[in-house]
Amino acid sequence: MASNLELIDKVKSEFSNSVLETANQFDQAAVSVKREDVAEVLQFLRDDPETDFDFLIDVCGVDYLEMGGIERYAIVYQLYSLKHSHRLRIKAYVPENDLKIDTVSHLWPAAEWAEREVYDMYGIEFNNHPDMRRILNPDDFEGFALRKDFPVEGIGYREDYEKIERATGQEEAGN
Amino acid sequence: MEDVKQLETTTAAPEPDIQDFVYDPHEERMLLNFGPSHPATHGTLRLMMELDGEIVIKCQPDLGFLHHGFEKLGEYRSYNQVVTITDRMNYLSPMNNNFAYILAVEELFDFEITKRAQYFRVILAELSRIMDHLVNVSTQAMDLGAFTVILYLFRERENIYNLFELLTGTRLTISYARLGGFARDRDIPDEFFPQLKRFVSGFPNTLDDVDNLLSHNKIWLNRTKGVGIIEKEDGINYGITGPCLRCSGIPLDLRVSQPYSSYEDFDFDIPIGETGDTYDRYLVRMEEMKQSVRIIQQAANNFPEGEISADSDSKVTLPAKDEVYGSIEGLIHQFEIIMENRGTQAPKGESYVATEAPNGELGFFVISNQGRGPYRFRVRPPSFYNYQILPKLIEGGLLSDVVAVLSSLNIIAGELDR
Repeated sequence: MASNLELIDKVKSEFSNSVLETANQFDQAAVSVKREDVAEVLQFLRDDPETDFDFLIDVCGVDYLEMGGIERYAIVYQLYSLKHSHRLRIKAYVPENDLKIDTVSHLWPAAEWAEREVYDMYGIEFNNHPDMRRILNPDDFEGFALRKDFPVEGIGYREDYEKIERATGQEEAGN
Repeated sequence: MEDVKQLETTTAAPEPDIQDFVYDPHEERMLLNFGPSHPATHGTLRLMMELDGEIVIKCQPDLGFLHHGFEKLGEYRSYNQVVTITDRMNYLSPMNNNFAYILAVEELFDFEITKRAQYFRVILAELSRIMDHLVNVSTQAMDLGAFTVILYLFRERENIYNLFELLTGTRLTISYARLGGFARDRDIPDEFFPQLKRFVSGFPNTLDDVDNLLSHNKIWLNRTKGVGIIEKEDGINYGITGPCLRCSGIPLDLRVSQPYSSYEDFDFDIPIGETGDTYDRYLVRMEEMKQSVRIIQQAANNFPEGEISADSDSKVTLPAKDEVYGSIEGLIHQFEIIMENRGTQAPKGESYVATEAPNGELGFFVISNQGRGPYRFRVRPPSFYNYQILPKLIEGGLLSDVVAVLSSLNIIAGELDR
């Protein structure tokens, strides 16, 4: 079992050009890499016997609109190794004007639905994904719900409803 | 925004789940719509299947019928308020969800939890695990025509519900966890442990009854053995966790491999299967309930003395109710935590904590931006990842096996769609 710092150093030494930032907060290792290299980094981490991350636990998106950061969006991959039982978080930032990133569903089939969910919620498209469409929201849904500029009450659904004016108490009494 | 709209129109097909199927009338293939409101789906799961006679040629799940936007809602609530959302994800074992979420947030605050609270959380989480497995085994048996099992097992489930009712006042959505401890008064009711003891002593007999009813039953064996086999490699590649992975012989249990909340203090076994079929999943769940009883017994016998709530001077833990009503300091303390625009702020940071829920790895990824609540609240739902392998398991099999496999995966729609 490699310690968090060893894992971070491993990624840093192998991909010195693509590592943007590292963190070891709350005893959890996290590495941010350039988005062009994310599939390559993940493949290395899966296949290398020292890291041996055979589980892709989760893929999710984050909108850093109000927090500031390298770019507005980030895709977060949680990795877990069955053999060494260590964890690593890989993050890839996606700029707002080019919402595209490479898929990892050819490495782990687990990523297929998770990436569809990221597309559904943030509108980030995954290159070479076998089935890139919405998963939780209906196909005709407009907008991307988990973006920070999407209101929590939704857009436009209530405008279509007919407004029913309630009769006042006096009129009811008169009838 | 414009380029985004364009992207959407190019990728979204009008009715993609039906377009993917080839309708061939000469070979008498047919499309079958299974669900979303079908008794055997236990929720709102929908499958589109292409059948050749009784053989399933192709299957495509369609999800989202129970989508609530829990992750969006979580971003607009304070840390303690989010607990009520987590209840509604896996409503069969709400305590495990409460527990996993609160562990992730406590990581952010860097809390020291008392041993007593840790042990109590373990007891409640194991009770919840039993509850979840009870529903799964009984409904699985009911789907395959063995109705008696549900009558035996739901009687035991009722006992656990009574225990939770005694503690929390509610039965289904208990919302019992709070930062640093538990909701309501800090004391555990006096009747709780005697009642728990009665349940724990009687429960293994019921399990033996069910074991006698099912484990050697010819019909049960024929319906479940060799059906829906999950291979080891597939299980890992699809991110399957929990009993569905352990049934194929991989002893992954986060309670052992990455112990949290004092699980390292307890002595228990990880049951694993051999072949990974539906029958193994049933056996693994039955054995896990027995192991949970062992953990509960150990925790109750060695239950630590002392405070159950973390230090209330931390300004994060809610004060006890008699303090709130009895002293001005307690009232101010409560006010500072509860009111809008006040509240305790977590330091900036990101925390992912994974726990072993009844269905597999349940993780919460919480990002804090120094606010009252999470900036981003992500759930890693075990059902979502376990469900993805379903087409692979049932394609090429019989239509009647679909029900057996689906119920053995224990997909909870509330957790799947969130």
